[in-house]
Amino acid sequence: MTGYEIRIGLEIHVELATNTKIFCGCAVEFGAPPNSQCCPVCLGLPGSLPVLNRAAVEYAIRAALALNCTINLYSEFVRKNYFYPDLPKAFQITQDDKPLAVNGLLRYYLGDELMETQITRLHLEEEAGKSIHSGESIIGSEYTSVDYNRAGIPLAEIVTAPTMNSPAQARAFLEQLRLVLQYAGVSDCKMENGSLRCDANITVHPEPGMRVEKVEIKNLNSFRALERALAYEAERQVRVLERGGTVMPETRTWDERAQKTVRMRVKAGAPDYRYFPEPDLPPLELDAAWIEEIRSTLPELPLEKEARYQEAYGLSTYDTGVLVRAPQLAQVFEATVAQGRDPKFVANWVTGDYAHLARLGGTVSAEHFGQLLDMISSGAISAAQGKTVLQEMFARGVSPREFVAEMGFTVIADRDFLGKVIREVLTGHPELVERYCNGEDRLLGFFVGQVMKATNGRAEPRLVNKLLVEALAEGRNWQPRAE
Amino acid sequence: MKGLAQKLRTGQVTSVQLVQHYLDKIQADDPKVQAFLYVDWEGALAAARASDERRKLGKPLSPWDGIPIAVKDNICTVGMPTTCASRLLEDYYSPFDAAVIERIKRAGLPVLGKTNLDEFAMGSSTEYSAYHITHNPYDLSRVPGGSSGGSAAAVAAGLCPWALGSDTGGSIRQPAAFCGVVGLKPTYGRVSRWGLVALASSLDQIGPMGRTVEDVEILFSLIAGYDGRDSTSLPDAAYHCSASGPDTLAGLRLGVPEEFFGNGLCPEVAASVRRAITLMESLGAQVQPISLPHSAYAIDTYLTLVTAEASSNLARYDGVRYGKRVEADDAWDMFRKTRTKGFGPEVKRRIMLGTYVLTASHHEAYYEQARRVRSLITQDLEDAFAAVDVVVTPTTPTTAFRIGEKQDPLQMYLSDSYTATANLAGIPALTLPCGFDSRGLPIGIQLLADHFREDLLFRTGRLLERILGEVGE
Repeated sequence: MTGYEIRIGLEIHVELATNTKIFCGCAVEFGAPPNSQCCPVCLGLPGSLPVLNRAAVEYAIRAALALNCTINLYSEFVRKNYFYPDLPKAFQITQDDKPLAVNGLLRYYLGDELMETQITRLHLEEEAGKSIHSGESIIGSEYTSVDYNRAGIPLAEIVTAPTMNSPAQARAFLEQLRLVLQYAGVSDCKMENGSLRCDANITVHPEPGMRVEKVEIKNLNSFRALERALAYEAERQVRVLERGGTVMPETRTWDERAQKTVRMRVKAGAPDYRYFPEPDLPPLELDAAWIEEIRSTLPELPLEKEARYQEAYGLSTYDTGVLVRAPQLAQVFEATVAQGRDPKFVANWVTGDYAHLARLGGTVSAEHFGQLLDMISSGAISAAQGKTVLQEMFARGVSPREFVAEMGFTVIADRDFLGKVIREVLTGHPELVERYCNGEDRLLGFFVGQVMKATNGRAEPRLVNKLLVEALAEGRNWQPRAE
Repeated sequence: MKGLAQKLRTGQVTSVQLVQHYLDKIQADDPKVQAFLYVDWEGALAAARASDERRKLGKPLSPWDGIPIAVKDNICTVGMPTTCASRLLEDYYSPFDAAVIERIKRAGLPVLGKTNLDEFAMGSSTEYSAYHITHNPYDLSRVPGGSSGGSAAAVAAGLCPWALGSDTGGSIRQPAAFCGVVGLKPTYGRVSRWGLVALASSLDQIGPMGRTVEDVEILFSLIAGYDGRDSTSLPDAAYHCSASGPDTLAGLRLGVPEEFFGNGLCPEVAASVRRAITLMESLGAQVQPISLPHSAYAIDTYLTLVTAEASSNLARYDGVRYGKRVEADDAWDMFRKTRTKGFGPEVKRRIMLGTYVLTASHHEAYYEQARRVRSLITQDLEDAFAAVDVVVTPTTPTTAFRIGEKQDPLQMYLSDSYTATANLAGIPALTLPCGFDSRGLPIGIQLLADHFREDLLFRTGRLLERILGEVGE
C-alpha cells in the first residue's frame, strides 16, 4: 500500500432525540409496535401539510455548534423526489444548496496524534419509513412490509471533507463525533439501533492529488464495520490499480458475513432528484440571539474536558480517556474530587471497580462513593473490603457507613493475631516455603493472598506484607518441624 | 343569505325544510347538470335536524346555522368520499376534515355533498373529471368551466345556496364567470390549506362561491383565519364582514391594465367589461390606465410552476398506502401500473411536463426562470397598487365554450390567462357577473386588490353589482 494516498469522506445521519417528529406531533419511541406512531402528516395522506418542529431545529443547531459549524440564519427546505415504498410522499423534505450549517471542524485523537477534519455541512431532514423485506432486498422478495413509525423522525445529515487518510482515522473521527453529539445531548447515537448511520466514500490515489473515481460504501452498522470495510476497500482498489485496472465509480455494500464489500450499483450519472424549494414550508429564518442562547447551554465538550483533567488533576491519558468516553463516570469523578479528595486515587477507583460495576447496571451517588473512598484512604477498611462494600452499594443501594458498621468490617492490624495466622499458613504449605527459601520471591504474593483469605480480607495488607517478609526471612533458616 | 338567516331565526323556515328543498332540487335537476359527485342525502338532513334543535334551544352556532353548502371534492370531508374526480382515489375516505370543513361545521352549515372538478383540479372545463362531465346550467351543451365547475354549476342551478371551490390559476373565478356567479380567490395564506388535496402548494387557495357578493363575503368570513397546521397560513388571516359603506366609489382609484384587453379577448366580453368600468366611473371611481408589463408571461410562468409542483405533489399516489392499487410483480411495476391506470390523460400530461421542467438539465431554463418571472409579475402588481386601489380586468377571454370544443390542451390553458396573475402574486381576486353575450351566456368581471384587501373587493363588487342590477344587464 505504500505510495498510495487514501482519501476518505463520511456522510453521517443522526436521529435527533426530540420527543416528537420533525413535521408532526407523533411520538418518537424506539421499538413501538409497527405503524402505531403515525398520523396523516407522516403518512403523507392527501391534504396533509408539514409544520416544522422547533425542537428539531434546536437540536440540529446544538449539534452544529458542537461541531464548530457556522449557522446560516437563512436556510431552505427542498423536496428530494424519488419513489420508494417507505417514502410516504414520494419525496423527502431535506435541505440542499441552503443548508442549516456549514464549515465545521472536529478535532480528535488518532493514537497520540491530534487530528482535525473539516465538516462541510450539517442539514436537517426527515427520516423515511422502514422497509422489512421477506427476502434479501426489495427485488426478489415475495412481499415487503413497511413500518412508518420511523417516517418523519428528525435527522441531521453531516458531511465531512474527503480528507481522512486511513480507515483507523475514519473510525477515530466517527467515535469522537458520536461522543461530541452525545455530550451535546442531541442523540443517543446508537449504531445498532440505526440512530447513528454512516456511509463512507473512498478514493485511492497512485499519486497525491491524481484524479480517480469515488467508491461509496453503505451498510456500515458498527465502528468495526466502518474500519474493516474501508481497509478491505482500500486493498481492493490497490489490487485493481496494480493489475493495471481502473476503479469504477460505484456504490458498494459491506457484507458483514463475508467481511468484504460487494457492488450494489454502478453510478451511471447521479440520480436526478428534481430538487425544488418545499412550497409548504417557508424558509427557515433564525434569530441570532436564539443561536447564542443555545450555544450558552452547550456543556464542556470531550476534548476540552480531556485537557482539563490532564492539566488540573494530572490524570493519565488512560484514565482521562475512560472518563471522557463515559460522561456519567466523569460526573461521579468530578463530584467526588470536588470535595478535596486525591484525583488519582479517585480516578483509579472510578475507572476501575466503579466503571466495572456501573456497566453491570445501577448507580451509586457521588456522596456515598466519596464516603467509601474516605474509609479506605483513612485505613478504616481495607481496599479489599472496599471492593466488597462497593458491590453491595451497587447491588442493594446500601450506605457504606451503615453497611460497614452492620457487618463489623474493620481492619485487623494486631501483630500477634496476624503472626498466628501467618504461622498457620506457612505450616500448611511447607513445599512452597521451601521454594521461597530457595529464591522464588514471587511466591510472597501467594502467602499474602492466603492470609487475606483467612481473615476475610480484613487484614491490613501492608502489615501482612511486612510480617510475612520478616517471618520468611527468619525461616530461610526456619524449617517446619517434622512431626 | 341574510334573508334566509332571517327566516331561520324567526322560524319561517327550518333547516330541514331548507336542506330538503335543495336535495329535491338536486334530485330533479342534477341528472341534467351533473354538478355533484356525491350527495350526502342522510348526513345533510341529520345535520339540519341538529341545527333545528339548536335553534329551538336558542343556541344557534352562528346566524348562518342550518344553511347548507356544497363542497368541491378535493377538500377532505370525514364521512364522505374525497375522490378529486380521480379513479385513483375512487374509494378514498379521508380520516380528517379539512380546516375549512371544521370551520363551516362550527358555524352550523350542513354539507349537501361533494361537487365535480377536473381530475386533481387540473383543467378549465370539468371535462377532465374521471367520472362525468358537468354541464353549464345556462346552456347544457356547454362547459361550466373548471376546475371548480361542479360548485359553480351547483350554485348557478340553485342546487345549493353557496359552495366552496379551490383556485390555483383561476379554478374558482373562471367557472364562476362561465356560470354567472360570484367567486373569490382569497389572499394566499388567508384560508387554511389543511385538508385541501394539493395541486400546486404555492398557488392553491380555497375560496367561497355564491350568488351575490354579499353571500361570498359572508362565506369568506366563515372560512378565513389562521391555522397552525398550515405553515403558509398568515397570523392575521381572519376576516370580518365590512359594514355597508357609502353608496359611492368616490375616491376609489381604479386601474385598467391594457394588456388584459388585447388579442384573444372576445369583443363582446370586452364591451361588457368596459361598460361596467364606465358604470363604476359614474359611481365616482377614478379610472386610469395602468400597465402590467409582464402579464403576457403569466400563463407560461403559471404552467411551469403548477406542473412542477403538481408532479411532486401527486407522486404520493403510488398504491402503497391508500387509493387504488394495481398488483404487479415488484414495487416499481406496481407504481407504474397503478399510476398508469389511475390517472387520466391531463394529469399524466402535467406530471410529465412538471417532471421535465424540474430535471437537472432543464431546471434552470424552466423552473428557475419561472420563479424569476413570478417575482417580476408580483413586482408589477406592487407597483400598480402604489398607484391604484383596485385593478379591473375581464375574468375570462371568452364566455363558456362547448363541451368537446377545446381538444388542444394549450387552448384550454389559455382560459386561465387573466386569472393566473392573482395566484402568482398571491393577491385576492373577485369575479362577479357583469352581463351576457348575444347567446345569453354570462360574462364575468374580475377585480384585483393588494394583499389582505378583500374588503375593497367586496365593497367595490357590491356597488357594481347593485348598479348593474339597477341599469339592467
